[in-house]
Amino acid sequence: MIRIVVLTALILIALPLASHAVEPDEMLANPVLEVRARAISKDLRCVVCQNQDIDSSNAGVARDLRLLVRERLMAGDTDQQVLGYIQARYGDYVLLKPPFKPETYVLWLTPLILFLIGSGGAVAVLARSGRRMANADLSDEEERRVSKLLAQTGRNEP
Amino acid sequence: MKRFLAATPILIALVLGAFFLWGLNPERDPNAIPSVLISQPVPEFDLAALDGVGVPGLSQAYLTDNPAPVVVNVFASWCVPCRAEHAVLTQMVERDGVRLMGINYKDKPEDARAWLEDLGNPYERIGSDLNGRAGIEWGISGVPETFIVSGDGTVLYRYVGPVVGPDAEEKFATALTQARAINGAGT
Repeated sequence: MIRIVVLTALILIALPLASHAVEPDEMLANPVLEVRARAISKDLRCVVCQNQDIDSSNAGVARDLRLLVRERLMAGDTDQQVLGYIQARYGDYVLLKPPFKPETYVLWLTPLILFLIGSGGAVAVLARSGRRMANADLSDEEERRVSKLLAQTGRNEP
Repeated sequence: MKRFLAATPILIALVLGAFFLWGLNPERDPNAIPSVLISQPVPEFDLAALDGVGVPGLSQAYLTDNPAPVVVNVFASWCVPCRAEHAVLTQMVERDGVRLMGINYKDKPEDARAWLEDLGNPYERIGSDLNGRAGIEWGISGVPETFIVSGDGTVLYRYVGPVVGPDAEEKFATALTQARAINGAGT
């Protein structure tokens, strides 16, 4: 009985691991390189099933690219060189994180620009309302009348 | 300043409207992947011949010194649209005198052979890309894909998917005519 429970638990624990597309025969014997390969694969977009990284894609081309990544790592490439190798063939499109360059300035800088416009507007509005408050200063005579009125209401309160 | 503020809603509406108009354009394919190969030299690759078909293999060297542009078609016997495209390519070769090179992508040689025996072989050369590595060099995302390569080995045009149907065939024919014009002007 216990054996069945343990076995079931082990299978359930192993289940999420099976959801990865990386197949055992692709993996490198060197665990350090394999970890690097997995990390690189997560940054590369599958060109067939777009918006999926090649690490989790079952497409044929994704598998070929995974093997290529591992081959380049075995040949002694750095992570950057591997990404560059594939980028040279498939363009910026394969990088899930687009590079920062003139064509992508709009993409990267728009949030910052919108934030600056928004905060600039907020500051301007706040400053103007502050000035209006300053205009609302009362003369000495008015202050005296206000305090008198306040004192009266205070007395009427229970 | 006040007038500018009053105009902002209209400005925003205009900008958004232009965006939607662009997005609704049926000609725009959001899945299209820009090719980095256009205007670049043909990638380095060297593929052995497909045994028993009777045409030699294909490598970069055969694409860099031609008198006229050539068409490079990536095909496979397991690819169903390729079967439809085959007739179009054959017609291009027979009617328009196009020189057609083939890359047989991740195919079993015996299957490819049977496929070509069945449909006929319009290819002048066929390279057998068994592991798909040459496909990666060409930056393909699937089969079929068709390229136009200028005489000196510059990739001029890439068509993703089968060149089948009036629209596709016209697009491709236009690209081919332009490629020939460029080549003619260069020599």
